[in-house]
Amino acid sequence: MEIPYTYKPRPDTGLYNAKVGIWLFLASEIMLFGALFSSYILLRVQAPMGEWPKVAGAWPQGLLNIPIGTFNTAVLITSSVTVVLAWAALKMNNFKAFRRYMVVTLVCAFGFLGIKSYEYNEKFTHYELRLKSGEAMTGHLEVNGKHPGFWDFGSIYNLARLEKEKVTEIKFTADPVKPKSGEKHADSASHAHEAKTYALGDIAKLDAFVLRNHTFFAIYFVITALHGLHVLGGALVLGYFAFPGSSMWKSNPEQFTNRIEVAGLFWHFVDLVWIFLFPVVYLL
Amino acid sequence: MSTATSHPNSAAHEHAVEHHHEPGFWQKYIFSTDHKMIGIQYGLTSLGFLLFGFFLVMCMRFQLANPGAPIPVFGRLLEAILGDTAKGGVISGDLYNSFGAMHGTIMVFLAVVPLAFGAFGNYVTPLQIGAPDMAFPRLNMASYHLFFWGGVLMLASFFVPGGTAKSGWTSYSPLATIAEFEKPFNGQTMWLIGMVTLITSSLLGAVNFITTIIQLRARGMSWMRLPFFVWAQFVTGFLLLLAFPPLEAAGVLQLADNLFHTSFFLPNGLVISGQQLPVSGGGSPLLWQHLFWFLGHPEVYVLILPAMGVVSEIIANNTRKPLWGYKSMVYATMSIGFLSFIVWAHHMYLTGMGTKVSTFFQTTTMMISIPSVMILTALFVSLWGGSIRFNTPMLFALAFLPMFGIGGLTGLPLGFNASDIYLHDSYYVIGHFHYVVAPGTIFGLFAGIYFWYPKMTGRYMSEILGKIHFWFSLIGMNLIFAPMFIQGIKGMSRRMADGGTTYFGADDIALTLNKSITHAGVLLALAQIPFIINIFMSIRTGKKVENDNPWGATTLDWATPTPPPHGNFTSEPVVYRGPYEYSAPGAKLDYLPQDKKP
Repeated sequence: MEIPYTYKPRPDTGLYNAKVGIWLFLASEIMLFGALFSSYILLRVQAPMGEWPKVAGAWPQGLLNIPIGTFNTAVLITSSVTVVLAWAALKMNNFKAFRRYMVVTLVCAFGFLGIKSYEYNEKFTHYELRLKSGEAMTGHLEVNGKHPGFWDFGSIYNLARLEKEKVTEIKFTADPVKPKSGEKHADSASHAHEAKTYALGDIAKLDAFVLRNHTFFAIYFVITALHGLHVLGGALVLGYFAFPGSSMWKSNPEQFTNRIEVAGLFWHFVDLVWIFLFPVVYLL
Repeated sequence: MSTATSHPNSAAHEHAVEHHHEPGFWQKYIFSTDHKMIGIQYGLTSLGFLLFGFFLVMCMRFQLANPGAPIPVFGRLLEAILGDTAKGGVISGDLYNSFGAMHGTIMVFLAVVPLAFGAFGNYVTPLQIGAPDMAFPRLNMASYHLFFWGGVLMLASFFVPGGTAKSGWTSYSPLATIAEFEKPFNGQTMWLIGMVTLITSSLLGAVNFITTIIQLRARGMSWMRLPFFVWAQFVTGFLLLLAFPPLEAAGVLQLADNLFHTSFFLPNGLVISGQQLPVSGGGSPLLWQHLFWFLGHPEVYVLILPAMGVVSEIIANNTRKPLWGYKSMVYATMSIGFLSFIVWAHHMYLTGMGTKVSTFFQTTTMMISIPSVMILTALFVSLWGGSIRFNTPMLFALAFLPMFGIGGLTGLPLGFNASDIYLHDSYYVIGHFHYVVAPGTIFGLFAGIYFWYPKMTGRYMSEILGKIHFWFSLIGMNLIFAPMFIQGIKGMSRRMADGGTTYFGADDIALTLNKSITHAGVLLALAQIPFIINIFMSIRTGKKVENDNPWGATTLDWATPTPPPHGNFTSEPVVYRGPYEYSAPGAKLDYLPQDKKP
């Protein structure tokens, strides 16, 4: 006996095996991301009230780049549309259109990852500085005349490392203080982009926007990285189906179309996670 | 088609022609995609882990009975392998903690669940629903290999500097992070990576099982004609599918705590040996416990449901009667499945999460005992008026009932908030859950091994060795776990490496019991020797089965050739009746197989 319903639907359930499988898998994925979102909520709820960085440990808001995030959301939604169009093209027996839409999907997927990595780097090169006098600010760091570069993990500094490398003073360019709603903008612009020098002895805390700095960054990086891995995995599968795996179109078009449908379902899920992630992490 | 006769050779031959390629050694035994071979792989691997987990706890028990004395026989070996933590063959406090953590982890995640779900589920489920294989054979293979390598990672963690995980099988934060804070790559980290691997494995397994049961049921196999074993595996599949991912998330977060020094589970102002830990703080140790027990409690039912399924099959078969209340058992299993997701915090009454939350979880905990009792009652009543055949599988199945009963009933005081405050973390808890898992689940699984062995090999296991195995195991188990209730009620804490000699409240009785429990442990160990001999000897010397259906069973697994070939069935099975039509009035035989035409 051969395994039945590998691509033909079973009459009483109306589904083929892989479709049941992918829905079950997505259910477990919901539990995975559900747990992470719950963790996010719990960590945020128990953070002290106040404005970060003034209040240490308070939940930072407005740190993430909303225009870029919005653009990335659009990129991902576009890819979700094109993957459906690719599937529909196969249903209409148009392999050329299928491949065209798949290429667009893949470009969107890697575009998303590229933009995301740019955002990551912005964070890795951004610093929180806390002085022993109680003053706290965010901004950019200059050590021994050097700014940390793009994707250069070796130049992420914190206080312990500076002490170890016997650095005595640093230059720090503070971010302009964001005007609160209703306040005038003029005052804050005046002293922006001026590098100030601080002696190491005056510093209470210095760390980049990396996981260890704050639970906000920790959960932000873990959830978005895990989502990014899903995007990467999905893109690899879609890439396989678009090119080397598409030879199946000749031998078994029905099963091939099903494969695209199943991969597409996963892709929509990845999109859906981002649609929740974007407002929760960027906007709220 | 009559199932009581052997399949004629011609049919088997025809089948062989259909799949003419003969797979080589690696394809057949290592990278097999056949659900039966994968089931056997799971079975042998998990039995190996079961033995190893048992070895660890015997070392611990020896230490408890004779604090500071070197381990006999194995002491030198332990010192040679593990170095200073086992200096002179004595189990140090650190090593005791490691062994405790690994005993729990290995028994739950590497022995009992893979044996119950991976081995029996894989081997029997497709046969019972009349399927040629699992829905996704290659995922099935991947699932086994991930399980195997996850297990290897866990074992390898014994050899990393600082030793293996020592923060209990629950890996509570912050202990799990601060135990080896200076060395981020430590035993705990390997434990977490191993755990994430195992979770991925069981996820693939769960997707596969559920899909198989939904999609590959034979013609006529409606939901209420499914054998109860299949129902138990079905619900178990959902528990694994939905409860494990939160632990995977938690594992990733704790991994970040260990490797990147984040503070997901580390509170503000954590001070170790007078020094503030250099982390940001702001996390929550309670969050870990919630995520862990969200898996942890459904996991209990992952452990018990497959065993209940096995026991039901064997009881129906050996009482020669239909199961009493089959439908209510099915609904009870589903209720257990749902309820098990909302009882987890009864493990956390002492964390100070608040009385309102405690009350909620206390209520749901009492609710979940109802369907469990329903199943147990149905099985007890099934015995009523049957002409019972007392063969080895039936003995184990029968012993399962009162043993699981004791385990379940002693759980009630732990489910109540007020009495749990006293009993929490005492030996009472150990006695309780071991009664559920050891003479409960493991007896059920032993029963299954004796029951399906003839189908796997074409030979019976020895009845004499089987009965020696059964009686001494039963006596040993009870002598081990029953005294633990007394120790626990006397207030003995479960985590003392010296067996409570330094505990002012431990009186002579509790300490004497430590010794007697250890002696009983030795008895239990000796009782497993006939089983090990039996399982290997019977492949060659066991009595041959007379036909394909030696127990006279009704379910489809016995309608296959023995052992079942690749593809299982010689012709497509069609199901005409329910799973347990034994002793039907007016029938010629005392059983009507599911595929017998009316």
